[in-house]
Parts: sequence; C-alpha cells; structure tokens
Amino acid sequence: MHLLSTVRRTALAVALGVSLATPALAAEREILNSSYDIARELFSAINPEFRDWWQAEQGEEIAIQQSHGGSSAQARAILQGLRADVVTYNQVTDVQVLADAGLVAGDWQELLPNNASPYYSTTAFLVRKDNPKGIESWDDLVREDVRMVFPNPKTSGNGRYTYLAAWGFAQQHFDGDEEQIHDFMRTFLRNVAVFDTGGRGATTTFIERGIGDVLISFESEVNNIRGEYGRDDYEVIVPPVSILAEFPVAVVEPNAERNGTQDLAQAYVEYLYSEEAQRMLAGFNYRVHHEAVVEEFADQFPETDLLRVEDIVGSWEQAMDEHFAGGALLDQLQRRR
Amino acid sequence: MITLATRAGSTPKRVLPGFGLSLGISLMFISLVLLLPLTGLFGQLAGLSLAEYWEIITEGRVVASYMVTIGAAAVAALVNGAFGLLLAWVLVRYEFPGKRLLDALMDLPFALPTAVAGITLATLYSSNGWMGRLLEPLGFQVAYTWVGIALAMSFTSIPFVVRTVQPVLEDLPHEVDEAALTLGASDGTAFRRVILPHLWPALVTGTGLAFVRSLGEFGAIIFIAGNMPYETEITALMIFVKLQEYDYVGASAIASVVLFVSLALLLVINIWQGRFIKRLHGGAG
Repeated sequence: MHLLSTVRRTALAVALGVSLATPALAAEREILNSSYDIARELFSAINPEFRDWWQAEQGEEIAIQQSHGGSSAQARAILQGLRADVVTYNQVTDVQVLADAGLVAGDWQELLPNNASPYYSTTAFLVRKDNPKGIESWDDLVREDVRMVFPNPKTSGNGRYTYLAAWGFAQQHFDGDEEQIHDFMRTFLRNVAVFDTGGRGATTTFIERGIGDVLISFESEVNNIRGEYGRDDYEVIVPPVSILAEFPVAVVEPNAERNGTQDLAQAYVEYLYSEEAQRMLAGFNYRVHHEAVVEEFADQFPETDLLRVEDIVGSWEQAMDEHFAGGALLDQLQRRR
Repeated sequence: MITLATRAGSTPKRVLPGFGLSLGISLMFISLVLLLPLTGLFGQLAGLSLAEYWEIITEGRVVASYMVTIGAAAVAALVNGAFGLLLAWVLVRYEFPGKRLLDALMDLPFALPTAVAGITLATLYSSNGWMGRLLEPLGFQVAYTWVGIALAMSFTSIPFVVRTVQPVLEDLPHEVDEAALTLGASDGTAFRRVILPHLWPALVTGTGLAFVRSLGEFGAIIFIAGNMPYETEITALMIFVKLQEYDYVGASAIASVVLFVSLALLLVINIWQGRFIKRLHGGAG
C-alpha cells in the first residue's frame, strides 16, 4: 500500500516535470494572425508556404496560428488583450482602432506598399443562372422586381462596402444631387430581402435558402462561391462602377515585442507582397499588385472603375460618423415612414 | 443509539462542511460568477449621464426592437405555456414506448448551441425548406418574419415550462383527480378546480422563465429573423450592432434595459408565487 502510493507519487512528479519541461525543449517560435471571417482557407494555404520559406531562409522551425471572426470582433479581442502578432483585416477602420489604442504604429498605412494592403478586391454581384432579372449594374438593383441579399452594414465591413459602392454609384449617376442620392439609397435598402450579420450568413441565405435575385459581396467571395456551388448555376457580375476594397495588414507591435516575434511578424506581412503569395491570393480571386501576377490573371478580373472610399465620403472615419453610427444616415434612410 | 442520544439538542450533522464555510464559498462563487460581471456592466454605464442613457435606450430603432422582441417572446412564452403543460402532463401521467427518449429530448434545447437551432429552423422554414415549401403556398411565411422569431424563441425556451411543471405534477398523486371524479366532478371541472390550482405557480414560473429567456436569445434568432430594421430586428441584435461599433457603453445601456425587465419580471413572479402558495395553503406557509 505504502510502496504503491510512493510509486504513484513519483510517477506524478515525473509526469509534471516532463509536461513543464516540454515547451522549453521545443523552443518553437509562434505567431498568431488575427484575420477576418472568410480568410480561413486563404491563410491556411499561405501559412505553410511562409513557414517553408522562413525555414529555408533562416533555418528556423516556426508555427503560425490563425484566428478568424468578424473583423471588428477580432480587433475588439486584441483591444481586450488577445496577443495576436499580426492582423490581416478587410477594413481599414479595424486596424485604425488598434492604431488609436497604440497597438499598431500610428503611420501603419505608410509602412508597407499600397496603403499596407497587399491585395484588394471590389464589390460584385452573384446572380442565378442566366441572370434572369438582367442585373448589370447598381441601377438595376432599385427596380421593383429585384430582391437582394447582402450583410448588414451595421455589423459587417463587407456590408459597409456594398452600401458605399451603391452610394458612390448614385453620386456619379445623379451628379451629386443629394435628394436623388437619398431616394436611390432608400429604395436600394428597401429591396434587401434579408440582412445577415456577416458575409457567410448572406451567402447561406442566397444559396441554401434560395432567397433573393442577387447576392452582393466581395468579388473574391462571389467567385469562390461560384467555384464551390457550381459554375453553371450562378453568374458573377462585376458592375462597371464599384468600390476599391482594401485588405490592410499590420504588425501588432507591443504584442510582437512581448512574444519576441518582431522579425517574424514583419517578415510575415512583407511576405504577402511576394510573388508566390500574390499568386496564391489571385488564386483565391483577390486582385493583387505584383505585375507579373496581374498579367497572368488578367482575364479573371474584368476591368472596372474602382472608386476609393476617400473619394466617396472623404474618409473611413467620416463614413463611420456620417453614415453608419447610431442615428446617422443609414438609420435615417432605413427609417420606416 | 447512545450517539444519537448524546447528539440530541446539538445541531444535526451535515454532509457538507459547516454553515459558515458553505455560505462563504457560495457567496464568493456568486460574487465572482454573477455579481462581478453585472457590476462590470453597470461600470460601463457610469460614464453616461441620465439624459444620454435615456437617449440611447429610446432611439427609434431600438424601441422598435423592444416591440419585436417582447411581442415575439410573449407569444413564444404563451405557446410554450400551453404546450409545455401538455408535454409535462403526457410525460408524467402516461406510460408509452419511447417515453424516456421524449423525456431526454426535452432538455435538448438546453444543450444544443442555439446558433445550430437557428440555422436548422431557417433551413426548415425558408421557402425551399421542408416546411417552408408546404407553408408558403398557403400564404404563410415563417422564415425571415416575426413568426420565425417567435418560433426560434419557443424552441430555445420550451424546457423551462416542461421542467418546472413536471416535478409538481409528479408530486400531485393520481388519487387527487380520481377523488374529484368520484365525487361527481366533470373532467373539465376536475382539471380546473383540482389540478390547475396546484400547477398554477409552476406553470406561471415556467412561462415567465421562458419569456425572460427569449428576451435575451440571440444565436437562434438572427439566422431566421431576416433582421430588417423596424420589422424583424431584435434587441440582442441592437446590442451586437453597438459592440461592432466599439460602442461598449451603448451596448451596456441597451443590455441594462433587458436586464431590468427580466429582473423585474422574475421578482414579480417570485412575490406572486409566495403569496399564491400562502393562499393555497390557507395562510399556513
């Protein structure tokens, strides 16, 4: 009895010692990439490539963790202490929030090429087979007989781009006449069949539930959906005028410093600009900047007039204040009369 | 025998350690798990003046969401009150094959992640789903309407009614209603005059809990609600929206309204229940 308990105690102590020692033995450095919801597959593809590249360059074994969720929710998690080393988001404001809190360099947009956005996309339409409603551009969406699905601008960056793209179109179309723009937007918003809280939810509503005539989402997303759910059942329409959607990246400096991964985090965001990463991004239907890759994928991305958020509403900050804040324009336009 | 005799007069032996320790640990647990987060919630509100608070919680769209939420929760609770009673009755009073399974099934909404329930319901009731396909030609749309919200709420809150009524019904022996029937009462009278008064407190409590649960439900609803402003937006979504805007204070303000309503209702039910039981037992309690 006594012997047994001694043995057991020793075994326990050994087990404890081993479990405490293990992480120290395999001193593998690790970075955490906090990203938006629908980038899971994208970074699952890029991360192993980066790991191999780093191994070849530096001879160091590393690990990369991914965390995905709504871009704003992700940023909130970092504000509240999640120790992510890099962020790759789909909206400038979500990185800016971190910059305002001192977690990301104040001039983060100047630290990397193209406003720190290694890739971009635009807002496009997914319609059902043969485009039965003949939807080609934004003014088709305000017709009586068209119902659309896109995520709620209140809860989704994706939805905000859609709203701003429609706004930008109306601005051009009505030559800046405010009243006409407002009328257009009111009808536009009224034609929404379902407001899901995020991009994937909207996709489910459109595809699985068969709601609506058109799904509006990122060009990358609608192309990926079409690839996944059948090229013959859906068509992608890129409207002649749309919006430039940047996908900003940044190093979360205090976190990287604490984790001792500054060089790794910096190399990671820079890697996204490399030719191989850009090719992978294009493979996921994102538009990229690398010239050779752009040429290679030219016929995949129809040319279209891409408006900048800054040109439509001044800045993201203004967009949030004047359009999306509680009681602001979006609320007013949706008000029940 | 001797030990018993010596113990008589002193406090009886308890299985768990002494009252002081038990109560202390209980209070600490409640403080950490329940009171601390609630204090945090009100801490967020500290930065608001009363006028600002009022403005946030009475904003048009938010008020519309109260209407939607409370209306749907009331319908869900009433429906659950009726059907929950029936379910509990069947489970207690009858023997049939599969009874154990049905009994276990009752707890499923507690265990199932509510988002799964929401997605399942939306799949079922959308125009190309099994049920939706049958209902829609009759002009009855469930998914993406107010009805869908009430449906999702009844799904997640049904166990509250069943599990509150069931034990009371189990304690109420068969002989009670049999006696009433032998004394010449009709079935209806026996149920109304003999059984219902005993079940009443449990039924009201269960229905009240179901209502309160529905007020805060989020996951199950957003997938089936359609989330159209002023029509099918629930209060929990308004809170979610505020959080997306990094407006913690606004979110806490709206959350506090839900909290107050729930708290008030639970309090009323408790007081009423106390009085009712007193009356039922002739003031002996």
